[in-house]
Amino acid sequence: MMTMEEFYAARLKTTIGSLVFTAEDIIRFAREFDPQPFHLDAEAARHSLFGGLCASGWHTCAGWMQCFVRFWKNEQRRLAAEGLRAPNLGPSPGFRDLKWLKPVYAGDTVTYSVTFLESRTLTSKPGWRINTILCEGENQHGEAVIRFESKVIEFV
Amino acid sequence: MLYFEDFSEGRRFDYKPVEMKPTEMIAFASEFDQQPMHLDEEAGKRSILGGLAASGWHTSALGMRMMLDAFMGNSTSQGSPGIDFMDWRKPVMSGDILTGFSLVLEARRSNSKPDLGIVRFRNEVTNQAGEPVAVSECSVLFRCREKGKA
Repeated sequence: MMTMEEFYAARLKTTIGSLVFTAEDIIRFAREFDPQPFHLDAEAARHSLFGGLCASGWHTCAGWMQCFVRFWKNEQRRLAAEGLRAPNLGPSPGFRDLKWLKPVYAGDTVTYSVTFLESRTLTSKPGWRINTILCEGENQHGEAVIRFESKVIEFV
Repeated sequence: MLYFEDFSEGRRFDYKPVEMKPTEMIAFASEFDQQPMHLDEEAGKRSILGGLAASGWHTSALGMRMMLDAFMGNSTSQGSPGIDFMDWRKPVMSGDILTGFSLVLEARRSNSKPDLGIVRFRNEVTNQAGEPVAVSECSVLFRCREKGKA
């Protein structure tokens, strides 16, 4: 089994997938979790700072996770076909420095990426590592819309 | 209606309790976080989380909803530029009753926009045992009642 550190060159950005933010999906997510006028109603959004209907920042985050899980399942399959085992990843203890850099408007397509930053062992938990990864998304115009640094537990 | 001026340092807003229903946890995970421990009780028991556990993104999104229901839904919020940090300290399990609070850490007027102010919050979501499960700090923009001299 390879570790995340052996598997991914540091600072190399990998595209993990795209998500189209339809007005319908934006409103459905916002009704449940973030019912603010600019996430619910195009007319109200025109009078907000955003200037148009845009996705909840948490929707943009969840889109990254959706793409990462799909990407990771493909990686596991790809490696298995080569007779290799993918790094054994566990849950995440959190993230930091999350920036919603630009609004994600109805009709936008966000393409997400992951960049491996660093890995360290945990003295308190033998066999565990903590990886830091940079998570990013850009819209169809190539403009960055989201970035954050996430931690992921790995069992070795 | 809460304006920027209403967010004085130290003001605290308490959340209403929310129950984590397995159907909602699985629905969220099915769309956004298809990992076994977020989809299935047995798979959760085999993971370090110890049972069906919510995606951290689900807990975070619910935290947003709790903030809105507690105070932000009746405010001049103009969205957030970001989150300084989010610590998912403990797994959120099926059946947990979540509550918590947002505390105003700091409030200042925008340098560039005279009708806006920036408020920094500490947000703690806790479970029924009083244990913090998701702790974060974030900034939110609010419209001001009175325009500043920015």
